[in-house]
Amino acid sequence: MSPERPLEVADPERRTRAISAIGLEKSYGRGDRRVKVLDGIDLTVERGTVFSLLGPNGAGKTTAVRILATLADADGGTARVAGYDVRTQRRQVRRAVSLTGQFASVDEKQTGEENLRMMARLGGLSRPAARRRAAELLERFDLTAAGRRLTGTYSGGMRRRLDLAAGLVGEPEVIFLDEPTTGLDPRSRQELWRVVRDLSAGGSTVFLTTQYLEEADQLADRIAVLDGGRLVAEGTAAELKSRVSGHRLDVVVADAAAYERLAPLAVQRSADTLTLGLPTDGTATRVRALLDEIDPERRDVVSFTVHSASLDDVFMALTGRAKTTKEPTHV
Amino acid sequence: MSDAATMSPGGRALNNSLVMTARSLRLSSRNVDAVFTSLMLPIMLMLIFVYLFGGAISTGTGEPYVAYVVPGVLLLCAGFGSSGTAVSVNEDMKGGIIDRLRSLDVAGAAILAGHVASSAVRNVVSTVLVLGVALLIGFRPTPTLPGALAAAGLLLAFIIAISWLAAAVGLLTGSPEAAGAFSFFMMFLTYPSSTFAPIATMPSWIHGFAYNQPVTPVIESLRGLLLNQPVGTDPWVALAWCGGILLVAVGLSGRLFRNRTA
Repeated sequence: MSPERPLEVADPERRTRAISAIGLEKSYGRGDRRVKVLDGIDLTVERGTVFSLLGPNGAGKTTAVRILATLADADGGTARVAGYDVRTQRRQVRRAVSLTGQFASVDEKQTGEENLRMMARLGGLSRPAARRRAAELLERFDLTAAGRRLTGTYSGGMRRRLDLAAGLVGEPEVIFLDEPTTGLDPRSRQELWRVVRDLSAGGSTVFLTTQYLEEADQLADRIAVLDGGRLVAEGTAAELKSRVSGHRLDVVVADAAAYERLAPLAVQRSADTLTLGLPTDGTATRVRALLDEIDPERRDVVSFTVHSASLDDVFMALTGRAKTTKEPTHV
Repeated sequence: MSDAATMSPGGRALNNSLVMTARSLRLSSRNVDAVFTSLMLPIMLMLIFVYLFGGAISTGTGEPYVAYVVPGVLLLCAGFGSSGTAVSVNEDMKGGIIDRLRSLDVAGAAILAGHVASSAVRNVVSTVLVLGVALLIGFRPTPTLPGALAAAGLLLAFIIAISWLAAAVGLLTGSPEAAGAFSFFMMFLTYPSSTFAPIATMPSWIHGFAYNQPVTPVIESLRGLLLNQPVGTDPWVALAWCGGILLVAVGLSGRLFRNRTA
């Protein structure tokens, strides 16, 4: 992370920057239906760190990852990954990175071991070396027992681990994970988080996209928030949180009329439970004043709780959209 | 990855094509019902034509009908067999596997070559099985050794050409079901040809198409070579067709692959 590192190689960027992108643009469709998916995004990821691109569905996360992994071409802008240009040095980039996408990237009608051996052979390993590498990866991802079963029979969590293992046959410097835990149960998610932490501890650079704020908070050294094809914020989780009021006052109101009246003030809303989240610094004086301000008659607020701000609040403050939550953010 | 770095580009392409062929064969061996169907249909058609319709068809050659129909059935079999390639290419393109392979820097040509090579292997096996059944029901070919080799080579050329065409169809179509319709295309291409009945017995307006479509010269060549009869220029016309189809299919599939993965 330190920029003051002595530069003893010809390509200093390669020493410190795993990813640097400037002004990436991408549109899909043609004519009137042309939609700008990425509208000029800049990204910098230091080597050996975990970087999270956070955003809702349709924000452009997958497109950004595919461009960085050379699977899609940007319409504009430049990007270097592992020191190589994604447009002109595609082959070198591909050798240095791996991408594990949202869709299964292994054959259901092959066993876990066969899939990994195939990937290793395609990576240029000899037959015996491929066999060894497959066995190592199965062991590392706790899949040795399942190695001889067709992957069609795997659980969602096992499949995701095998996907990830398949991406690691070439010992990539930069690992892209596109929504690695979407659709996983909480336990599988925890296991995957452990894997990501291990990869990072082993010195790999991890670039992961997620729509789960907690996931970015848990794993990432730095987080960039993507919304509608633009980066709306970037920083550590702590920095992002400090950009909004430190706390949130959740009030449950008495009726729909009160809910409608107070909704514009809220950063988080849940019509089903008549709950509204209001920003505050969390001190007793301010909370008391806020309650008096929104409910001078002492009629509308039924109960309240005070929370420290989550990344959810950050996200809403940054994108200017209150998310109507029917369920709490996932665990 | 030092091995991949030191391998020559040609060596790497060959290695990747072989690995992809092995994969494709392994997947076929686990999709036995599809392979079985593509084998059973031509055999059933052969039995139906030989036993149900054949008696009414006069081929004017003096040979038993089974001798007339077998070359066409071999082609039909290749058509059905290669349509499996269209389906599996299409399935590959829909899944995440294609991104993984591209991340590993496997060229589209190697991926398609794997499908085509395994299609060729599958088709050689099914050709042998169809010939076996044909022999059981009275097919008695009398080729010379060069004739037999020429017939085998020509059939292989045809199989490879339409397998690569099937791969292009797999890239062109939006779903595995649509890709599977390639087998219907192959089936209907054999009807207006000399597969089941001499073209001379068909209405004259169809002669132009029937005589000049790719299936007819291949069948006429196989028939002549297997029965040791003069074949004229048919084998050369057939080879030219196979070469032309192959060129177009390779070019088209390369383009489609780049478009679909852009």
